[in-house]
Amino acid sequence: MGLTDREARAEGEQLSTISSISPNWVTTRLDFLVNWARKNSLWPMPFGTACCAIEYMATAASRFDIARFGMERQSFSPRQADVLICAGRLPFKLAPVIRRIWDQMPQPKWSISMGACASSGGIFDNYAMVQGIDTIIPVDVYVPGCPPRPEGLMYGIQLLQKKIEGESFTDEALRDEQLVGPAGLFLPAERVNELSEPFGNSVQQTRNA
Amino acid sequence: MSQLSPTVPALRTAFGDAVERALVSCGDTIVYVRNDSVHDVLVWLKTEPGQGFNYLTDITAIEYRDPELPLEVAWQLRSLERKADLRVKVALDQHASLEVRSVYDVWRGADWLEREVYDMFGVVFTGHPDLRRILMWETYAEGYPLRKDFPLRGHFSRAEQTRQALAASPESHYSLTELSIAEAFHELPKDMRERLRRGERGFLT
Repeated sequence: MGLTDREARAEGEQLSTISSISPNWVTTRLDFLVNWARKNSLWPMPFGTACCAIEYMATAASRFDIARFGMERQSFSPRQADVLICAGRLPFKLAPVIRRIWDQMPQPKWSISMGACASSGGIFDNYAMVQGIDTIIPVDVYVPGCPPRPEGLMYGIQLLQKKIEGESFTDEALRDEQLVGPAGLFLPAERVNELSEPFGNSVQQTRNA
Repeated sequence: MSQLSPTVPALRTAFGDAVERALVSCGDTIVYVRNDSVHDVLVWLKTEPGQGFNYLTDITAIEYRDPELPLEVAWQLRSLERKADLRVKVALDQHASLEVRSVYDVWRGADWLEREVYDMFGVVFTGHPDLRRILMWETYAEGYPLRKDFPLRGHFSRAEQTRQALAASPESHYSLTELSIAEAFHELPKDMRERLRRGERGFLT
């Protein structure tokens, strides 16, 4: 779908910048090189709020060692980070904090939602908890588990690397910032409500209960 | 240990009618005190020789499922010297205003405990120097989460909750000490310095 969009745009506008021409040997080789460099030197920004952060620390420590995937440096400044890893539940009180950190990270950037709570609110289906960080920031990879084992997080990281491999700089929308809009959300309100619906074997299945 | 603490008769002689019923539950003595004299009772328990309940373990509140029962505020006291405990309670009428006197002037540690009870139950501690929310953010508008009439998932829709949370501006609601940036005050942008100097806070609803 992206290909046809691009072709249509290039034809209509008669542009000849490198990002507007259809993929050819030069652009695909360049993509390959850039993506290879990016995926092998991801700098994670850990956003550890709960027990998932303990598993994240284990993943980063010597036994599992995410340095093997090029994540040698834990970046504790969003300005020098590529991957935001939200490890743990996110209360509403921290929502503006993680949003600001995400906005402060320069492109290219990705995010991993680690664990059940970050991905869906988990067992905390209550007044204080964000029901999935994808209502606050865009998420690339969800890692299930409560908390996920280090192997699980590493699998998620490898999935993210695969995703980066498939990126192309001719896709102009890829690096668009998804900012908080005038309505105060970056998703439509109905979408946020839909994502936050109770699920699974929750005792109270509707919000009115 | 199912006996009433010897403090209770001493309280009755000192305060008479202000001390209501007393009972033993799971080995702990619970004394109900009238709301208007609870501050005097707590001061007495702390300072009276032979009592010396000098450590305030916790302040909390209890709301029962039966809506006719009063909401209770409880002070859990401990005497570090005598290794003795005492629980003092005040029953507040649910339909009247929920107000008790602050014991901030007796125990400085009551500061955050009273803020928490205010945040979760809406009990107002008169005389507290800085009574504002502590767990929920300051512009939180949904009410008091631990009250029985508060729905588990809150009053607002998730989208509205998310919108309000994202609109909360944390740095404009916390003092310099809380943000631990007192030393970096002069490094801050000018408008933020002005806001913090004026002590700008959110509005409680």
